[in-house]
Amino acid sequence: MRSEERLGWALSLPGLAVISAIAVFPIGWTAWESLHVHDLRMPWLGRPFVGLANYAEALSSPRFWDAMAHTAVFTAVTVTVELIGGLFLALIVDRISRGRDLVRTTVLLPWAIPTVVVALVWRFLFENPAGLVNAVLFRLGMSSPTWFADATAAWVPLMLADAWKMTPFVAVLLLAGLQSIDRSLYEAARIDGAGWGRQLTALTLPLLRPALLVAFIFRTLDAIRVFDVIYVMTGGGPGTATEPIALLTFSMLLQNLRFGFGAALSMIVFAVTFVLAVVFIRVLGRDALTGRVA
Amino acid sequence: MASLTLEHVDKVYPNGHAAARDLNLAVRHGELLVLVGPSGSGKSTILRLIAGLERPTSGRILIDDEDITDVPPERRDLAMVFQSYALYPHKTVRENLAFGLQVRRVAAAQIHERVQRVAATLGIESFLDRKPAQLSGGQRQRVALGRAIVREPKAFLLDEPLSNLDPSLRVDTRTELALLHRRLGATMVHVTHDQEEAMTLGTRVAVMRDGRLEQVGTPLEIFQRPGNVFVATFFGSPAMNVWRCRWTRTATGMRLTCPGLTFDLEGTRNLRLDQEEVLVGVRPHDISLAPRGDAEAVGRVDIVEPLGATTILHIRIDGASERAVRVVGPANGGPNVDGEVGIRIRRDRVYLFDERTGVAVTQS
Amino acid sequence: MNVSRLLRVLGVVTVLAILLFPLYWMVTSSFTPEARIFGEPSVIPRTVVLDHYRALFGGRDFWRPIRNSLVVAGATTAVSVGLGVLCAYALARLQFRGKTVMLAFILGVSMFPQISIVSPLYLLLRELRLINTYPGLVLPYLTFAMPLTIWLLVGFFRQLPAELEEAALMDGAGRLRTLREIILPLAWPGLATAAILTFLYCWNEFLFALSFTLGPERYTVPVAIALFRGQYQVPWGEILAAAVVATLPVALLVLVAQRRIVAGLTAGAVKG
Repeated sequence: MRSEERLGWALSLPGLAVISAIAVFPIGWTAWESLHVHDLRMPWLGRPFVGLANYAEALSSPRFWDAMAHTAVFTAVTVTVELIGGLFLALIVDRISRGRDLVRTTVLLPWAIPTVVVALVWRFLFENPAGLVNAVLFRLGMSSPTWFADATAAWVPLMLADAWKMTPFVAVLLLAGLQSIDRSLYEAARIDGAGWGRQLTALTLPLLRPALLVAFIFRTLDAIRVFDVIYVMTGGGPGTATEPIALLTFSMLLQNLRFGFGAALSMIVFAVTFVLAVVFIRVLGRDALTGRVA
Repeated sequence: MASLTLEHVDKVYPNGHAAARDLNLAVRHGELLVLVGPSGSGKSTILRLIAGLERPTSGRILIDDEDITDVPPERRDLAMVFQSYALYPHKTVRENLAFGLQVRRVAAAQIHERVQRVAATLGIESFLDRKPAQLSGGQRQRVALGRAIVREPKAFLLDEPLSNLDPSLRVDTRTELALLHRRLGATMVHVTHDQEEAMTLGTRVAVMRDGRLEQVGTPLEIFQRPGNVFVATFFGSPAMNVWRCRWTRTATGMRLTCPGLTFDLEGTRNLRLDQEEVLVGVRPHDISLAPRGDAEAVGRVDIVEPLGATTILHIRIDGASERAVRVVGPANGGPNVDGEVGIRIRRDRVYLFDERTGVAVTQS
Repeated sequence: MNVSRLLRVLGVVTVLAILLFPLYWMVTSSFTPEARIFGEPSVIPRTVVLDHYRALFGGRDFWRPIRNSLVVAGATTAVSVGLGVLCAYALARLQFRGKTVMLAFILGVSMFPQISIVSPLYLLLRELRLINTYPGLVLPYLTFAMPLTIWLLVGFFRQLPAELEEAALMDGAGRLRTLREIILPLAWPGLATAAILTFLYCWNEFLFALSFTLGPERYTVPVAIALFRGQYQVPWGEILAAAVVATLPVALLVLVAQRRIVAGLTAGAVKG
């Protein structure tokens, strides 16, 4: 029906145009910009084309590779914790019959709160010398590291804060998956003699696979782009010890005003995200997206 | 009231599935045509093609000889009753009925009058101001019908309107539909998978299978002169018995050698049969029980299904152990399970079908 | 039976307590005088003062960032839902060429790292003289708000039975009329969900707000809190008070709409 085609285009074009103008055009621009030197602090240099020089600089910079390593470690740890914690939380909440609303509200709160607030609260908890964590550790007779002045220890509150905020989100996703599993399957398993553990491994986990994959994909892609919590809690510090790639990019762009170089870093982040997303969807995710079980 | 025509209509989906193949169908002005067939036969697709909710891959659709193939559904002036009724949940019954008239800018007073009249006819005035969620299945079905009737369309399209009703309600509603059709004198296309519904309701019946029309005719024609073995076994309950038999010519006709049973058929000298074997069909009602001496074939009763007024017997004939023969017997006094029994076949109700194509050769 | 039930309830209560504790600590500390904020910890606060809140709304004029956040989040939600609902309907129900490409495109855009488009957006906004203005935030916000809204609404529209629209078509209503009289009245739960989730994301957004505003007159709540500076030391009391204030609307929204939020999150498997 040609009129339906026309209507379809007419209705979707405004939205599409806005998205294209505001998202696609900038990405193209960033790609182009990454091939130039564009330092806003030195406008007399103009904007010469330098090919892949920015990329070369990035890839040979130790700070860059540190940032990538930080990002990778952060992603691996938080995603693992969030998936396991989320599953655990979902299994518990699933079994509650009363007070569901209250539980759901409580579970959703950490996720709904601005990341800035989360970062501040956890900073407050771990603050030297007398934050709550240190006070409790002192009471228990243990010594505590100077959390935010120690390059390794600083990761603890960071990861805890992210896990605290996002585990509920994962739990909500998995809970929906859990509740879509036909109860009679569990009854059949019980009659067949399967205990709680068996039911979990043989029934729940396989049937939950699509939801697990979706949670995994979204959390991983988000963790790679982490910015808010680290900027607010440690600023990337001490020094650049907790700096992820997104924060490094931000520093280059809006603090050093090196737009060309920053654009190259942006493209690298974009490329990593894009490749991972494609890999996920192709290799792992086709089943997840169609909701099939086997 | 209008006539509907489909000319050489094809509907092939992108995945290759053909829901309709070179279909030609004419629905006459004022008749109730029942489109019947098993699931997946394409009958709902035909209805949607007539409605305009789907477009044919090729072919034409005409209303009253006017080509409306390219006309969108909202301008075809047809009314459709959906299987799920599709009542607007946020509108009251009255608003549901009025919607189609409001769209056509009928005057408010007229709308009110027509809605009242139709509601009275269908007995739904008492809940005109309720919402569909507050109604029972049977009541919703009436509202769906009312929504169609109030518009006084060129034709009615009904997509399995009785399928969602309780079986007890189904028969009553079926009768009401038939009465409604007579009163309105409307052109109706009614889709169903229930062969009993098709036989009782239709002015004519169109049998579909795999996207093709197998046969179109009056219910009696379909039943008594089935065009092929599919139509023959689809209609009639219990289904017709079909045997693969060898045949030889005799002086007066032919001799049929079937599993466990051999008999002669007179007056068939002139029949052309291409294969060595032929499919022979006999309806359970046309087989009678006989004592051993008179019987044409003997066997043991496998299953007895008492229906109250009659009994269905599944008999394993000696010498033909693969499939039981279905016979309709008397309510009382019939043989028990494992009892020995003999059968006789009514010669004038024997059907012959080509063994390869299934097409009817003749009937006696 | 009862023992296991008791254990289960205890387990749930423990987990919930752990989840809520940081918030509880945040709230109680915001009422604790500055001198004692890092003093002896006690579960129930010993003294309760309103100093920090007074300073927040008095000296710091915290109303301004609140107003900024409300305006930006509200405007973005309105535009996003307004344009998005039409686009989503077309994508969910109408057949036209390029539809699947469009859907994949929108999903793809939602995966753009924000950091990657900050610089071109910055330069673009600078050209348009929109740095440090409301439109200067709403436009960038639409980059994530529109895909989010469209994705949620497409999922929602797909759940509506197609037969309702077909019935309306048979009744003679054109597509637009059907959309207006049949679909939209039934779609408002989905619209509400999309609006709520979009508003939440906008309220919490940090990177764009940080990059595209220059001073306290246009800071949004997250930025204002993050950039609190004390004269001599970090004013934890006020920061926590601000955190509580920033959390209140969100908490209220979650309390009121948690069912919708969950439905929205799970219907489209939204990004976190």
